[in-house]
Parts: sequence; C-alpha cells; structure tokens
Amino acid sequence: MAYSEKVMDHFANPRNVGEMSDADGIGEVGNSKCGDIMKMYIKVRDNIITDVSFKTFGCGAAIATSSMATELVKGKPIDEALKLTNKAVMEALDGLPPVKVHCSVLAEQAIKAALSDYYIKQGIDPETIVGKATECDES
Amino acid sequence: MQRIVYADNAATTRLSEKAFEAMKPYFCEYFGNASSLYKLGGQSQKAVDNARMLIAQCINAPQPNNIYFTSGGSESDNWAIKGAAELGERKGKKHIISSKFEHHAVLHTLEYLEKHGFEVTLLDVHENGLVRPDELEKAIRDDTALVTIMFANNEIGTIQPIKELAEIAHRHNVVFHTDAVQAVGTVPIDVQDLGVDMLSMSSHKFHGPKGMGALYVRKGIRLPNLIHGGGQERGLRAGTENTAGIVGMSIALKESVENMAERNARLEKMRDRLIEELLKIERSRINGDRINRLPGNVNMCFEGIEGESLLLMLDLQGISASSGSACTSGSLDPSHVLLSIGLPHEIAHGSLRLTFSDENNEEDIDYILSKVPQIVERLRKMSPLWEKIVKESK
Repeated sequence: MAYSEKVMDHFANPRNVGEMSDADGIGEVGNSKCGDIMKMYIKVRDNIITDVSFKTFGCGAAIATSSMATELVKGKPIDEALKLTNKAVMEALDGLPPVKVHCSVLAEQAIKAALSDYYIKQGIDPETIVGKATECDES
Repeated sequence: MQRIVYADNAATTRLSEKAFEAMKPYFCEYFGNASSLYKLGGQSQKAVDNARMLIAQCINAPQPNNIYFTSGGSESDNWAIKGAAELGERKGKKHIISSKFEHHAVLHTLEYLEKHGFEVTLLDVHENGLVRPDELEKAIRDDTALVTIMFANNEIGTIQPIKELAEIAHRHNVVFHTDAVQAVGTVPIDVQDLGVDMLSMSSHKFHGPKGMGALYVRKGIRLPNLIHGGGQERGLRAGTENTAGIVGMSIALKESVENMAERNARLEKMRDRLIEELLKIERSRINGDRINRLPGNVNMCFEGIEGESLLLMLDLQGISASSGSACTSGSLDPSHVLLSIGLPHEIAHGSLRLTFSDENNEEDIDYILSKVPQIVERLRKMSPLWEKIVKESK
C-alpha cells in the first residue's frame, strides 16, 4: 500500500488544523473503536463558509482527507459545500488505496455534520437540507 | 544527511554479508541438482548436507535428519499442525490446543482444521502476554491431538515457558509443536532440553535469505507428506533443493548463535533504556511482560493517537517501525495480539513496535528518543480523542 504524493503532503503539512473557539458549527464523526474520529469547525457569513478547521484522530489517510476536505469547502457557499462528495476528496488527493476509501467518506460526513450543527444553531431543522448523518460507515 | 534507523527486525532482517558470500557460488558455479549423480550434483548435495548438520547443531537436534527444509515459517507451521492433526485423526483425536495470540500462520491453519471437524481451544495469554501452564493442563482432553504454542510473540516479544508446557503435553501423551520463528537465532534454543516434538523456524528473521525455513521433527513423529513428488527431504517434501538458500540460512544461523550472548546483553540494555524513556511520555504503556521478553523487542501504546500516522511520521524522519493499529492490519480491528492481552480498541490503535538486531546501536536509540516524543505530541495536538482524554481526566 502506498499513498500518493498529495496524500503525503496533506498528511505531513495538514492545512487548517486546530480548534476554532468561535465556530458557528462543529461536527464530529467516527469513533475511537474504529480508529478514526474527525472533528470539523466552520465559520459562516452570508451563507459562505469563511473559515474552516479540523482535528483528526486517525491514520495518514484520515488526516489527509480531513485536510483536503477543509481546503475544498473553504470560502465556498454552503450549497456548494453540501455537494462535496468523498469522490471529489479522493480525486483531489490523486486517489487513495482501496482500504482507505472510508476515510474520504468520513471527511465528507464531517463537513456535513458541521453544517448540520450550524443549521441547528440557527434554529433550522438540518435533516431536509443535509440529510441524516451516519457513523463509522465502512463503504 | 538524514539518519536511517531500521527498527523492524521482527518483520525481516538484512541478509548477513557472510551468508550472502556463502550463497553466491551456488547460483552460477555450483548450480547442479543435488539429486544428480555427477560431481556437480554431488557438490550441491554436500552443501545441503553440511547446512543441515550446521542447523541441527545450532538448535542441538540429535541428528541432521531431524531438520526438514521448507519455504519459511508459515510452511513449517502449516505442515506441523496439519500433519499432527492428521496423525491424531487416525486415532480419533480431533482436539487441538493453542493460544489466542499465535501468528496467523498458526491461527488460520487452525481455523481451516475447524472447518474439517477439529475442535480448537485457544488459551488465554493474560495481561502480561504469557500462557499459564496450569491452564494448559486443564485444557487437555482425552482426544487432544496437538498442543501448539509459539516460543516468542512476534508483536510483543513475550517468551513462553516452552519446556514446562511441552512437559505437560507429554505427560498426557500429546504432541507438542512450537512456532519459534521469532526465537531461533535470537535466544538460545536446545530442542532436546526443551523436549519439543516439532519446532518451526524462518531464515529471514536471523539475517538469512527470504523464502527459506525449516521444521525440526523429533525422531518418532511420522509426519505425513507435505509435497508429493521426488525423494527430497526424506521423501516428505518433494522438489529440488534451494541450495543457495539452504546454505545462506545455515551460515546466518551459525553467525547469529555464535555472537548471541554478547549481542543480547547489548540489546537488552538498549531495549530497557528505550522503554524507560518512552514511558516518561504521559499516558503511555509497555505491552507484554518486561522480563520474559525478546532482547530486541519494544512495544508501546500512546493514548489518543493512531499507530499508522505515527509510523508515517517516523518514516519521514528515517525510522522504520511497525504498529498493530487497524489501519496497518487492513481491517477495522487492531491487532489480535494487543486485544488478547486485554487492551481496549482505542488504546490498541495507538501501538508502536520497535524491534532491534545486531545492526542497531545506542545512537539509534538516541535518535528514536529525539523523535518519538515530539511526534506523539504533534499528533495529540490534532487529535479530538486526546482532547477528550485530557478533559475527562480533569
């Protein structure tokens, strides 16, 4: 199993890593038993994700996909971020080994979980917009 | 230039220069088939005979013909276990005892036998990674065909009381096999003193070539054929001998045995210093018994981080190591060895195995100690699990 150069770059120099004290939405997916947890923080102004950061417990691919997912939604309108797919994250990283595909799914879910949390805080039911969140998905 | 530290000698080792030199003539010069009548064949036959004698001496086997060459540890384990199972079945004995943290070459062979009507009891290895002899005694039944317990664990390096376990098996007339892949060439092995019936070994774990192994079989154990064909390996394992591999294995083992006492004293010192220093990292633990342990094995867990990312970070610093995390095992579960000693999943995910050989030195330990604590800290800083652990402890 070998990671692409892009994966190694995002693993060794993760973008947007760290806590955000004034986040408008926080999402956490995965669990420690499965070996990966991703936590995403977003800041929203006028329906645009103005800032995003993450914290991840997991393997190299988990860290790299978190980093890439934050890059892909940063500065984007919410409706565009909602369209983020695990496939897009994988493609942006020049692919992942088959056993690591679930990490990209987790990254997509983490972004969506943060958006759900944002809607809840706005008093809006997120389910119709974001959909239901699933955990520890092995796809 | 960046320092390179190879600290994964339990995975494989570098081929010894002496072994390499000894192998060379058997590729292009003395290439004859050991079974051929003419001189060229005779030279190969002689080389194979000498190697067999040398290996027998290294483990104090009574006769060279107790040694059967195989393709490696996995083949030796498969042959010994399936062979003993077949011998047992002939007498209506279809029960096998082993331990929970055996190598997959043993565990998966046992699973295969279960599908063919055998019953398997896996002994607990407890929190220190050691089988308890009284529990073996209790597990033996009238229909037990085989006890197979590994000599030293490949992940946590714990060394089992093999002599005592073999005695118990024999008291009940049960065949005893040990997978000694991690032990041969590393710690003293005397098959007669141990009293084992069969013992598996693998050449590339002691600086021999890959694709070579052997099975020691005590006189009187009439193991069924593994490979049908020609008369090689006393007719039990057919196929033209890998002369160069056999020669390389024997020279590497001789070398490993010769400098063992001096080497182990040095490795134990290095191991213990590394363990002591790494234990200073907050919420770290050492896995497996501290005393009954291979001289070059360190296996630690660091809470709040995941093993694969730790390995990748170490690799970026030139350190080759290994982990029992799920991500390195290719499944959702962390290593069965770490789970067998009672570690919860989330702690087992954060394991690090460093294994040393003759080629490592104190400077390697210094270098590892200059890198591991800062990498653990960096990964913890970005870990939401570590955040939770810290919060809960307050």
